[in-house]
Amino acid sequence: MIANLAFDFFSLILLTSAVMVVTSRNPVHAVLFLILAFINAAVLFLLAGAEFLAFILAIVYVGAVAVLFLFVVMMLDVDFAAWREGFQRYAPIGALVALVLFVELAVVVAGWTIAPAAPAARMFPTPDNVTNTVALGSLIYTSYLPLFQLSGIILLVAMIGAIVLTHRDRKRAKTQNLSAQHARRPEDTLVMVSAKLNEGATLPEKEIL
Amino acid sequence: MNRLGRMAWGLVLWEILSGMALTLKTFFGPKATINYPYEKNPTSARFKGEHALRRYPNGEERCIACKLCEAVCPAQAITIEAEPRDDGSRRTTRYDIDMTKCIYCGLCEEACPVDAIVEGPNFEFATETREELLYDKAKLLDNGDRWEPELAKRLELDAPYR
Amino acid sequence: MSGFFQTDLGIVILTLAESLALIVPLLIGVAYLTLFERKVMGAMQLRKGPNIVGPFGLWQPFADALKMLFKETIIPTGSDRLLFMIAPMITFGLAVVAWAVIPVNNHWAIADINVGILYLFAISSLGVYGIIIAGWASNSKYAFLGALRSAAQMVSYEVSMGFIIVTVLVCVGSLNLNDIVMAQRHVWFAIPLFPLFIIFFISGLAETNRAPFDLAEGESEIVAGFFVEYSAMSFALFFLGEYANMILISAMTTTLFLGGWLPLFHCAPFTWLPGPFWFLGKVLFCLFVFVWVRATLPRLRYDQLMALGWKVFLPITLVYLVAVAGVLEYLGWLPNA
Repeated sequence: MIANLAFDFFSLILLTSAVMVVTSRNPVHAVLFLILAFINAAVLFLLAGAEFLAFILAIVYVGAVAVLFLFVVMMLDVDFAAWREGFQRYAPIGALVALVLFVELAVVVAGWTIAPAAPAARMFPTPDNVTNTVALGSLIYTSYLPLFQLSGIILLVAMIGAIVLTHRDRKRAKTQNLSAQHARRPEDTLVMVSAKLNEGATLPEKEIL
Repeated sequence: MNRLGRMAWGLVLWEILSGMALTLKTFFGPKATINYPYEKNPTSARFKGEHALRRYPNGEERCIACKLCEAVCPAQAITIEAEPRDDGSRRTTRYDIDMTKCIYCGLCEEACPVDAIVEGPNFEFATETREELLYDKAKLLDNGDRWEPELAKRLELDAPYR
Repeated sequence: MSGFFQTDLGIVILTLAESLALIVPLLIGVAYLTLFERKVMGAMQLRKGPNIVGPFGLWQPFADALKMLFKETIIPTGSDRLLFMIAPMITFGLAVVAWAVIPVNNHWAIADINVGILYLFAISSLGVYGIIIAGWASNSKYAFLGALRSAAQMVSYEVSMGFIIVTVLVCVGSLNLNDIVMAQRHVWFAIPLFPLFIIFFISGLAETNRAPFDLAEGESEIVAGFFVEYSAMSFALFFLGEYANMILISAMTTTLFLGGWLPLFHCAPFTWLPGPFWFLGKVLFCLFVFVWVRATLPRLRYDQLMALGWKVFLPITLVYLVAVAGVLEYLGWLPNA
């Protein structure tokens, strides 16, 4: 009973914050509501007994992805008035896109049949005597290894692509060359010359550059 | 050392370790703290602290209202008004020092021909209001009476160097 | 009586009592950590540190707390009021909440859950929100700069920290903190994984925004960073949160590398002391190093900080992870969970 109440409570928060993401005027508030939604999704995972997934969701999405997201949104200087300007003009096109999406979703949902074995699997998500993490790992690293590797490679490609697209080797600022600095020794740059009285000293030939 | 050797040596973090060793040594070493209200550093005989107006041993005030200190004061903190007294001698009727303006340079003390205005050894005269720092003649004379033994001693100690 | 603690109500009451028994010493510890830091830093700078309020300045934390309580809470105009007030609570709340899974002795944890280390990692990665929200809600450029710096910094150092945790997990074969400590019965992980131990500690410094990585605060360049606009109790919460995080990272280091509550050697004079004392001693040692580092090293420049995180720590930890996994597999030492 308590588990059911908790589920209702957290899913209510999840749905409310999901709505708030869309309706918030302030984009930073919207991102913060998105983070709240992520956290509640993690809690729902936890209630379903998938603690590994729950914390991975919290670490990856809330702890890293959403931070960068927030980072970017905070730096936006949004002019709300300019946003509203074309509302009348673009409303029909927007409505059309929404309608198409809605119809597609409806078609998908109408044709969706739940596999007969699914409810049984949902009752007992993990095999007995084995923790969630082990069960997940033994699935991913045996039956689904190629898929897992493939998704990893896709992420790698995305990362390299992002770097290639944005990285420009501009030499606008003077940067320090750490290894060169560390490699400097006194004997490389310093020469001790004894100066005679009234004569001064001259640098050895090779030091005059 | 070659490049690889240097890189390997860099992983030892020797500079950081030696720095940490130094702070650890001072951690156990003797402390330089002076427990201020209970312990104080000795001050020099030339220390420039709170001002005082001195008197002659017979009780007559030294200041003759020559206004040299007022003229020399770079912060213009001193204000003097003077009139002949009933016995015909020239004395100040007003001798104010704005201690909030004073920069404690000691020029007033140097300029004074009769050693009347001096800067004493006292540096603990903080007040709660600004007004209390606008010293008048009575306050300065009072300071002089209170600190006279020390002021005389300080002048005597410093005399060979003047 | 034991029957009562099996019922729903009993479990709730027991958990509350356990939490109280943990949080009260923790808060006192946080308060005294401020004094500890001032004393140790003082000694390292040839000073005595606070010594007026009470014997050896022992009441100083309470004097500071009282001062904070009686100050005026100022909310800047143009700030986002709600977020402005929530941010310090997030920082402090997360620092306290993480303690639920730390085992102080064998099975002495409020929640002995089987993904304890993930929980800790998740909580510490949420810590950045307190700072970033504070920086944004203050509506001040210095606060915002501090928040941006700390966001990038904490995300960067979390990566290498994550790899280090994975390496430890490969050696243990379990995500449970209790199991992690028990796996160090024979040898603490600080010895075979020494470089990782050092890197973990340094990443911990960066994760808690402590010197020499305190760019988020950077008092000499961006005044006080993300908490410039905070005053009174909301400032105190940030302050306490920072110190609670320090204790938390120390506890994490202790649990992962220094053998938690295990004594130094498993023979007579060392086993007389009960486990919590050993745990406390190791945490205190880590905290001393925290302060020691702060008293010694100057702040890094921002590009140096990023270069250290991404170009030094990340490759080292990644290679070390693969090497450790390879060695364990080759020697057949992989733990079977």
